[in-house]
Amino acid sequence: MYDFKYEKPTDVAAAVASLGADMEAKALAGGQTFIPVLKQRLNKPTVVVDLSKLGLTGITVTPTSVTIGAMTTHGTVAESEEVKKAIPALAHLAGLIGDNAVRHRGTIGGSLANNDPSACYPAALLALGGTVTTDRRTITAGDFFQGMFTTALEQGELITSVSFPVPEKAAYAKFRNPASRYAMVGVFVAKLAGGVRVAITGASQGGVYRHTQFEQALSKNFAPDAIKDITTPSDGLNSDIHASAEYRAHLIGVMTKRAVLAC
Amino acid sequence: MPSVTLTVNGKSHTVDIEARTLLVELLREKLSLTGTHVGCDTSQCGACVVHVDGVSVKSCAMLALQAEGTDVLTIEGLAAADGTLHPMQEAFREHHALQCGFCTPGMVMSAIDMVMAHPEGMTEEDIRHNLEGNLCRCTGYHNIVKAIAAAWPVMHGKELVAAE
Ligand SMILES: Cc1cc2nc3c(=O)[nH]c(=O)nc-3n(C[C@H](O)[C@H](O)[C@H](O)COP(=O)(O)OP(=O)(O)OC[C@H]3O[C@@H](n4cnc5c(N)ncnc54)[C@H](O)[C@@H]3O)c2cc1C
Ligand code: FES
Ligand code: FES
Repeated sequence: MYDFKYEKPTDVAAAVASLGADMEAKALAGGQTFIPVLKQRLNKPTVVVDLSKLGLTGITVTPTSVTIGAMTTHGTVAESEEVKKAIPALAHLAGLIGDNAVRHRGTIGGSLANNDPSACYPAALLALGGTVTTDRRTITAGDFFQGMFTTALEQGELITSVSFPVPEKAAYAKFRNPASRYAMVGVFVAKLAGGVRVAITGASQGGVYRHTQFEQALSKNFAPDAIKDITTPSDGLNSDIHASAEYRAHLIGVMTKRAVLAC
Repeated sequence: MPSVTLTVNGKSHTVDIEARTLLVELLREKLSLTGTHVGCDTSQCGACVVHVDGVSVKSCAMLALQAEGTDVLTIEGLAAADGTLHPMQEAFREHHALQCGFCTPGMVMSAIDMVMAHPEGMTEEDIRHNLEGNLCRCTGYHNIVKAIAAAWPVMHGKELVAAE
């Protein structure tokens, strides 16, 4: 790892100022992605700004929404009785990320900012139609994700919290890579007042996306059978040592049916 | 050079380090606590698991500076001063839960964390799920699972009745 200057500011304004003052400054949340990246020398920041003392943790639940501070760990979300009651699928998803030690450190803000094409939270945010709040604005899920490892965040812009509307029903079905535990295909299905939304992670070269054909079919008939005649083309899907694009295309249908069943 | 102050196995330390120093490097290279191992570059093997403020973390994926002011427990801090093993270490020995021993420090630290986090009881399946972050190339895991189930009643002072 290259050396860097380390800062641990105690308020958001100071962190944003540090990150804004230097194009090569980077934020550090749980470090579960960023530290391995630094170890491999894939990134050479001049300054690392630790976000742990900004007071960005905590969960607020209202009858219509769940709002989670950016630095809240996956473990905290997975175990939160309030989240389990309001959006059980979200707690379930958090509990499927990595392993205990990863969940003790990894954060929701870090996961969304990173937008790994195999990450879980992006599917929840997109399917539920949630919003990302930063130090300067609020961004809808549809605008936030801009292709794998790419988001609407500007240089130095910090996620402060993430908000999810409470759906009628929702479920997340994940086919895990048994070694890394990332999603080979993960499907988040949400039944909202305005219809059904289906977000797919792990599969596409473009990162998380909505499966509009499934959404239309499921909005008419919310049952696994509703999508049985829809084939998902394998164009643009990932192909790697873990699974071919064709296999992923097949898994998208299977995991969507499982998610609908689990709703 | 930055410095970090933290408690390791009950003893306070202040050490000058480069900012890029990992917690595992601080433990192994600065404090000579070589029980904590490094088995991978991908945060997957769990050989480096220690407790920071009472919960398991991968010390290869944390900067030493992030541990400022925390209480760290490593495998060296488990046995009593007279050498009496921690119930989890004793159970690993009793149930032959190690062969080469490379994964063992991380296994034991993860095992203690999961038992403490589940006072309501654990099924064999729960134990296996909670071991997802720890890889063992020797044992095939069966005896590790048995050892954890055997340590649970000793650590909680009651019988292990698997919760539903
Ligand atoms: C073994 C292993 C298994 C994993 N399995 C899964 C899995 O199954 N599913 C899954 O979804 N993820 C998985 N992960 C990734 C894990 O969820 C990470 O915690 C997460 O991707 C990054 O979160 P972090 O808090 O660790 O962020 P960091 O690693 O600290 O940061 C990641 C990136 O986000 C930026 N960033 C962090 N916080 C903010 C913020 N508030 N505002 C703006 N930018 C920010 C950082 O600058 C950095 O570029 C796994 C990781 C490991 C090591
Ligand atoms: S050394 Fe493998 S997870 Fe830390
Ligand atoms: S005992 Fe050898 S790796 Fe586990």
